[in-house]
Amino acid sequence: MRVWKFGDDINTDVITPGRYTVTTDKKRLGEIAFIEYRPEFGKNVKEGDVIVAGNNFGCGSSREHSPVAIKAAGISAVIAKSFARIFFRNAINIGLTLFVSEDADKIDDGDEVELNIKTGEVRDITKGITIQAKPLPEFMQKIVNKGGLVEFLRSGGYDDI
Amino acid sequence: MASTITEKILANASHQKEVVAGDFVVADVSYAMAHDSTAPLAIEGFRKITDKVFDKDRVIIVFDHFFPAPTVAGATLHQKSRNFVMEQGITGFFTNGVCHQLLVEKYVSPGDVVVGADSHTCTEGALGAFTTGLGSTDIGGVMATGKCWFKVPESIKFNLTGQTQKGVYAKDVILSIVGDVGAAGALYKACEFTGDYVKDASVSSRLTLCNMAIEMGGKNGVIEADQKTLDFLGGRTGKIFKSDKDAVYVDEYEIDVKDIEPQVALPPVVDNVEPVSAVEGKPIDQAYLGTCTNGRLEDIEVATKILKGKKVARNVRLLVTPASQDIYFAALELGYLQALVDAGAAVCNPTCGPCVGRHGGVLAEGEVCLSTQNRNFSGRMGSPKADIILASPATVAASAIAGKIVDPRDYM
Repeated sequence: MRVWKFGDDINTDVITPGRYTVTTDKKRLGEIAFIEYRPEFGKNVKEGDVIVAGNNFGCGSSREHSPVAIKAAGISAVIAKSFARIFFRNAINIGLTLFVSEDADKIDDGDEVELNIKTGEVRDITKGITIQAKPLPEFMQKIVNKGGLVEFLRSGGYDDI
Repeated sequence: MASTITEKILANASHQKEVVAGDFVVADVSYAMAHDSTAPLAIEGFRKITDKVFDKDRVIIVFDHFFPAPTVAGATLHQKSRNFVMEQGITGFFTNGVCHQLLVEKYVSPGDVVVGADSHTCTEGALGAFTTGLGSTDIGGVMATGKCWFKVPESIKFNLTGQTQKGVYAKDVILSIVGDVGAAGALYKACEFTGDYVKDASVSSRLTLCNMAIEMGGKNGVIEADQKTLDFLGGRTGKIFKSDKDAVYVDEYEIDVKDIEPQVALPPVVDNVEPVSAVEGKPIDQAYLGTCTNGRLEDIEVATKILKGKKVARNVRLLVTPASQDIYFAALELGYLQALVDAGAAVCNPTCGPCVGRHGGVLAEGEVCLSTQNRNFSGRMGSPKADIILASPATVAASAIAGKIVDPRDYM
């Protein structure tokens, strides 16, 4: 898995500029991820690749198009020092895997990594180091374990909590 | 135990005696809103869960991000949302204002829990409610259940004291705060605004303060309701919650607003804040007065006083979008719209206007827009090579006349 590295405060206009989001077509959204900010991303991203970022990833608009676009582009997980809260909720709701780790900046653009989605362990093969991401709070894990908010609410939802 | 206003509202809505920051709660939602850009995905999520909204009077749909539809793709999304409104018998369906302004004019009361599929839903907290932005699937879930889960946020207190100088407004105050706190400085936190300045401020100015809580990463903006709030609500009533004296805050800012000068936020991020003097003389191509931040009557009045009898510079186009139809009519009756059009402004129908770049008023490469909106991200209003600079209505109006960025105090 190749790493696509981004800095701090990557906002939703950078991920999915507003004038490209007049659609709910996931395939189209996958094609426009970072279209202006980093045009080579869309051309070269491969299924399973990983985004590593700094603080406040996904800040700005509430548009769910941003995590949808990242997931549709083939990204298997985003590892950041912190996430903007609406982006964080949206990603959990649609089943895009996120990991929070203070050590995200030890990983560089282009590094090859292996990811254990269950444990949050990220092994940087290029550097020969491993970083450990924080587990999600139990409440959120219940939603993730059901496969997202829709499935969670379809199968008992808040009554089971 | 001592609690903040945010903790009290969330405890009340989740039927608990008390909650503390860090708790997870499932709260009853007073209103759930989505707009033309976010409703289609919310409806897709909703339909996978159920086929009937929890309450047709508590789900609100607003077309404001691209109304009237500028493209076939936009019209198709409108069609999808409109069909949903008709099918569900939703009573709160609007095409004549910015969603947040319509919510404060028609729905939100103190003590409410309000969620909207728009990040600036933090605005409505200025009426003493817990209001926050969510994504579409979350809103779809609330449309289905009337409930939403929250992690109770820690609170930051902004104690604002003193009086602003002439020519300095709530927008300058909040820009100054965002500059100090940073784009992630209030991440996940409740931003509670209090102090003499806030008590003396109009409801309109309080809305401007809370509107930009999200630009610091905040979960909600909130201001304790008072008599001024109740007067604004007309007949609506609510439940007034107040923070206890010894409530716990993770951070407290003491700010004397008298020291604040007119501010600007320079591209490409909102916390890149400087006094207007840092960019005085910079030529502009577009000036924009409107949005959920500064499209209210008070803002139009300030701009009109500066522009009345003057002309917008030949190199500048001035666009004005009142934030709602009620504001539009009030500005019309008071002669403000006539004065603005005489000065050279184009007055547009009440929507988000050019702020999100999905409608009229987009920018060409290399152009500079001075705007009263809340975000200056690259590419937001058109070309990613255009610059967006944020300022108060007074700074925008004065600069439109000058054709370049100026200190509004010289034009009053």
